Amino acid sequence: MIRYAHLIPLLPFLAFLVNIAIGKRLPRKGDWVSLGAIAIGLAISIGIFFEVFRAYDPNFKYHVTFPFLDLGGRFVVNVGILIDNITAVMLLVVTTVSTLVHLYSIGYMHGDPRYNRFFAYLSIFSFSMLGLVLADSFFFIYIFWELVGLSSYLLIGFWFEKKSAADAGKKAFIVNRVGDFGFLIGILIIFATCGVLGYDEVFQAIGEGKLCGTLLTLAGIGIFCGAIGKSAQFPLHVWLPDAMEGPTPVSALIHAATMVAAGVYLVGRVYPIFTPDAFLFIAYIGLITLFIAATIALTQNDIKKVLAYSTCSQLGFMIMGLGVGGFTAGLAHLTTHAAFKACLFLGSGSVIHAVHSQDIQEMGGLRKKMPITFVTFLIATLAIAGVPGFSGFYSKDMILGAALEFGMKSGNPLHMIFFVGALFTAGLTAFYMFRLVILTFFGEPKDHHKFDHAHESPPNMWVPLVVLAVLSFSFWYSGWFGTLVQKPKSVANLAGVSAPAPAATMEHAAVMAPAPQGEAASAPTVTPHESGAVVHGGSTLDASRGSAPGKVEHGQAPSHGTSAPAGTLHANGSAAHGESHDDASHIAHTAHTYAMYSSVAVGTLGIFLAFVVYSFGWIDPDRVMNALKPLHTFLQNKWYFDELYDATVINGSKALSRGLAWFDLHVVDGLVNLSAQLGVFVSFLVGKFDDYVVDGAVNGLASATIGSGSVLRRLQTGKLYHYVFVLAGGALVIFLIKAF
Amino acid sequence: MNGPADLIFYILAALTVGSAILVAILPNIVYSAIALLFAFAGVAGLYVFLSADFLAATQVLVYVGGILILILFAVFLSHRISDVKLSNPARFHWQAAFICLSLFGVLSYTVVSTSFPVKPGTVYQPSTAEIGELLMTRYLLPFEVASVLLLAALIGAALLSRPEGRKGTSSDMEEPK
Amino acid sequence: MGMDKLLVIGAALFCCGLYTILTRRNAVAVLMGVELILNAANVNFVAFSHYVSRVIGGQIFAVFVIVLAAAEAAVALAIFLRLYATTGTVEVDTADELKG
Repeated sequence: MIRYAHLIPLLPFLAFLVNIAIGKRLPRKGDWVSLGAIAIGLAISIGIFFEVFRAYDPNFKYHVTFPFLDLGGRFVVNVGILIDNITAVMLLVVTTVSTLVHLYSIGYMHGDPRYNRFFAYLSIFSFSMLGLVLADSFFFIYIFWELVGLSSYLLIGFWFEKKSAADAGKKAFIVNRVGDFGFLIGILIIFATCGVLGYDEVFQAIGEGKLCGTLLTLAGIGIFCGAIGKSAQFPLHVWLPDAMEGPTPVSALIHAATMVAAGVYLVGRVYPIFTPDAFLFIAYIGLITLFIAATIALTQNDIKKVLAYSTCSQLGFMIMGLGVGGFTAGLAHLTTHAAFKACLFLGSGSVIHAVHSQDIQEMGGLRKKMPITFVTFLIATLAIAGVPGFSGFYSKDMILGAALEFGMKSGNPLHMIFFVGALFTAGLTAFYMFRLVILTFFGEPKDHHKFDHAHESPPNMWVPLVVLAVLSFSFWYSGWFGTLVQKPKSVANLAGVSAPAPAATMEHAAVMAPAPQGEAASAPTVTPHESGAVVHGGSTLDASRGSAPGKVEHGQAPSHGTSAPAGTLHANGSAAHGESHDDASHIAHTAHTYAMYSSVAVGTLGIFLAFVVYSFGWIDPDRVMNALKPLHTFLQNKWYFDELYDATVINGSKALSRGLAWFDLHVVDGLVNLSAQLGVFVSFLVGKFDDYVVDGAVNGLASATIGSGSVLRRLQTGKLYHYVFVLAGGALVIFLIKAF
Repeated sequence: MNGPADLIFYILAALTVGSAILVAILPNIVYSAIALLFAFAGVAGLYVFLSADFLAATQVLVYVGGILILILFAVFLSHRISDVKLSNPARFHWQAAFICLSLFGVLSYTVVSTSFPVKPGTVYQPSTAEIGELLMTRYLLPFEVASVLLLAALIGAALLSRPEGRKGTSSDMEEPK
Repeated sequence: MGMDKLLVIGAALFCCGLYTILTRRNAVAVLMGVELILNAANVNFVAFSHYVSRVIGGQIFAVFVIVLAAAEAAVALAIFLRLYATTGTVEVDTADELKG
């Protein structure tokens, strides 16, 4: 089945072409074309996943390439497909959510005048996202990256008659472009130093030291900039809330599950090249994002906006998790988040469809009128709040554990801020999500007219909800996820000090000389002897790895010798650590345990507080709001980011362009006009010259001739004696000369 | 030369040159013609001193007897009878005098300062026979050509002086119209 | 010797003839000047023939000069008569058709 991997993106692309060209004329406007294409893709993805699962190998890798562009010498680009464990998972995520969204859209977009185009756009988005996931080189991931950006622009601004929607589409694209600029710089640094663009070749080149030190950090940060843009991290998060202008299925697909996840996926894909400094940068960005977004989400009253900020915050969690070394944690959260966030969005779409409003202050008590929506929404909320048993708990817990471990391992007490911040925000998350649930589904309806009108959605809308809710339990993920998705070995050649959680060295296909690896992943990690075997689908992990460094992510099987079942698979929760006879893994164990307890505590507290405020009414939210009015306003206005950007960047750009326009108009055009005038002037001078000098010379010559002629003519008197006279005179002169 | 010969020589020279000067100066053209006559005569006398006897005779015959008569005829025929004494005022004679005097000066100076290879001794002998002989032998061609030339001149002059409109009649000088 | 004197006489004759040509207004007078010049040349010829070369060629030349002078005088006078018939005067100033 894995041989057919190339069909997965290809079919939606063909569906796009069909729908764009002749979609209007097809029966049912061609929605079945797109749905069929993505459904087949889903089937193939499931097949691939099962193959991968059956192989159950953390080092699984399937890589086919063939030459694409050979410009000779330096620039040779191969196109290829790379499937490894995380790819297989991502494929499944993307195709599943995409299929469900296609299904949902049939009901939601019913009657829209551009129905066929919507499905065409969904198809091209799917194509771009799947291509991004399957890409095996920076070259192609960048291409698909941009395509994803384009597709999201088309989808966000789908109802472009509304100015706010059109603006939102533009904003998304432009802000993304800012991030992509950094991404491009990162790629160019890599290409300039390593000369290759395929992942494996790049890892190898970096391992050989072609790119190191500050430049490598910069390249890493550059690439991360792309993720900042695409995954709406601070400071490029401003587009995500505005993107809610798009139809709800679009929000579910793009902004819950897939596109925003692309950034996280990218970081995971090129994990080996980040230096510890780059990781620190990544972690801080993630931390800042998760905090800011959560605080804003507290104050929002639009159901989609709450979810949007929630997405932003959860993305921050994922990024931070990756930054502190929790590779598995971040990617796990990516996967679980896809499911429950899509469920939340689609559920909100269902509510909006029923109540015809997006303002939660007009809702209330809907659980009686929309039971299915209510139950699925509640399940997803429990997941996001991190209640044990649900998928969110599994992944968020992993992140917290990694953060705490990082803080504890690091010599710098400042690094504890990651854990503290994340923990606090986890509590906030639980609070605002339950606020949303309570205000929407519990209590008394605030607007009776709307309440009476509300009804449950049709099956093609609630079936996806149910599916996604079912996927929001933790048992789906625990165990195998941790084993299959393991942190790759870093190739950033540094005698890293604060290397984030040095451990879980898994060999990728890149061949490393053992020696460099020795110093690589800081102190204890060192695997004294790598088997250096080229891994390709099923090589073994180092047996030696079992020793000290066996630093494993919380929850994942402690990597050890393949067969050695010492790597016991675990379910969620329990700190799994292989035979850790080392401080390091002891710290890890402690960290994970402590993290788990504290996250549960915080989550419970958050939920309780939410009920206290909004349901039991022991604390009046309005009084609190009034008491903290300035803070509330600040939060509600999204920390004034948009205003800040407008004042600085936008106005700066406008001023710059005005300045440049002035320059162009006055200086450049002035120069051109000046040269034209100079030309006119010179030609005037030349004309005058021609008139007076040249013609003057000619005329003067003529005049001189005439003058001299008329003078000399007087010699010709016609009188012979004059001639004789002159003759005689001349003869005399000659005689005189001759005589004397 | 001996005394009387020199004296005669100088008289002849003075006559010639004086007459020539008079020809140049005299305003009355008839007077000029008469002076010219004396100039010719003087030159003929000088020829005798140069043992050119035939030449002297020829000079008198042709120049005085022919050319001078012609000139006089022309003078009289080209004036109104009443105007025969037409004064002939000269114009810009100072420049001409200057030229001529300086030319004379230069020529004289040249002549005097040059030593010509004069053969010593002077032989006086009749030249007629020799001239006649040479004309028939050595200088026959020029002789014949000269006769042709004379013929041409004759015809030409006769033709030219014919009055207009008349054909074949004798050249009858008429009063000018 | 005597030759110098003769040559000087010749030069004098020549200059007088030149003066006549230059200053006289009447065409016949001009012709007279020309005759003077011819005579001057003749004198030179004969002088040289007598004193220097002792051949008689000089005299023969002089004969021819006289012949030609005669012919030329005849034709010239015919022309002058024609001129008088045409224009009523023989002043040389009137014959300026060659004027530039």
